[in-house]
Amino acid sequence: MEAYASLLIQSIFIENLALSFFLGMCTFLAVSKTIETAAGLGAAVIVVQGITMPVNNLIFQYLLKPGALAWVGLPELDLSFLGFIAYIGVIAALVQILEMALDRFAPALYLALGVFLPLITVNCAILGGTLFMVNRDYDFGESIIYGLGTGIGWALAVVLLAGIREKLKYSDVPDGLQGLGITFITVGLMSLGFMAFSGMKL
Amino acid sequence: MNSVDKKIVLDPLLDNNPITLQILGICSALAVTTSLAPALLMSAAVTAVVVLSNASVSLIRNHVPSSIRIIVMMTIIASLVIVVDQVLKAFAYDLAKSLTVFVGLIITNCIVLGRTEAFAMKNGVRLSILDGLGNGLGYSLVLIIVAVCRELFGSGSLLGHQIFPLVTAGGWYNPNGLMLLAPSAFFIIGLMIWGIRTWKTAQVEKPEYQIHEVHRTEIV
Repeated sequence: MEAYASLLIQSIFIENLALSFFLGMCTFLAVSKTIETAAGLGAAVIVVQGITMPVNNLIFQYLLKPGALAWVGLPELDLSFLGFIAYIGVIAALVQILEMALDRFAPALYLALGVFLPLITVNCAILGGTLFMVNRDYDFGESIIYGLGTGIGWALAVVLLAGIREKLKYSDVPDGLQGLGITFITVGLMSLGFMAFSGMKL
Repeated sequence: MNSVDKKIVLDPLLDNNPITLQILGICSALAVTTSLAPALLMSAAVTAVVVLSNASVSLIRNHVPSSIRIIVMMTIIASLVIVVDQVLKAFAYDLAKSLTVFVGLIITNCIVLGRTEAFAMKNGVRLSILDGLGNGLGYSLVLIIVAVCRELFGSGSLLGHQIFPLVTAGGWYNPNGLMLLAPSAFFIIGLMIWGIRTWKTAQVEKPEYQIHEVHRTEIV
């Protein structure tokens, strides 16, 4: 239990996907103009990350890992090179299914997430999280926690940035820095702040 | 090479740079630039994938129904990235290891999908290849500038060769450790955008609110 708790804290704060690994930056910068949309996108990322991570973990553990196909009598087979295409396929398919399921069973949430769901397929935080999970060989339980943790961490970062940007638009920024430039510098300062967590030992 | 070709290749270098103007492919630009060697490798890999994916998508653009085009593109891109990954593992194993997950993340690098969607779906093969090349080079340019800054000031070396002798080795340069950490990449790109936009003022974004200066003589 303790190991899970520390993995959760680690994935939310210490190894925040957005601020210390720069994952999902394109959406992070593009969809952080208002807190409301940022929160919607953040929620979508948490849900998708929480579902795709365990599914990809099962695929890795029982289909792709070297020797994983021992249960069908092929112990020497190593399919790990198929990883990329399998994971992105799973992510794209799950996002599509999630979209249909939400449309059918929770139309309010579907409307709230709107355009953000399809965008998530190409959010590198999702694929990046999966690749980190594969690299570190997490088991099924850990992958659920890691998926939720990285999702929450990313959502937290995007909502924080949106909060700053909402205030920032009233400030007097030099011409060339207007918009993208000042956002980059703000994210840099936020990342500096999050580095304070890196000293934490759990 | 006629003027249209030239424009397609040279435009993304500065006037329409994928990173500083189109906000595409930023993740990897920040993460692999702590030193020059991995940045060069990453630039080569991304350029190769953009060129090849643009070429293959524009070849089949008239046969793909638009409702499933995204998934078709993703499959093409993922297959190309697998090939690139295997080649890197075969010929530059140590460097490829240092890129960790970022080779795989070329799949979701928005430059690749963005260019195939925005350009290759609408244009012929030759122009698409040139567009891929231009954008790949524009991306590489930013990556190389950032990596040079970070490696030179962060550890006083370039490509592993010592340029500034370090204090610890009896020299004069005291390395700036911040350059090797995550935030410095954001600062360098932010300042770079500032520089480019001061030069090319057409790229400056309009502020959402203009601060209105009130003079004493004016009645509000």
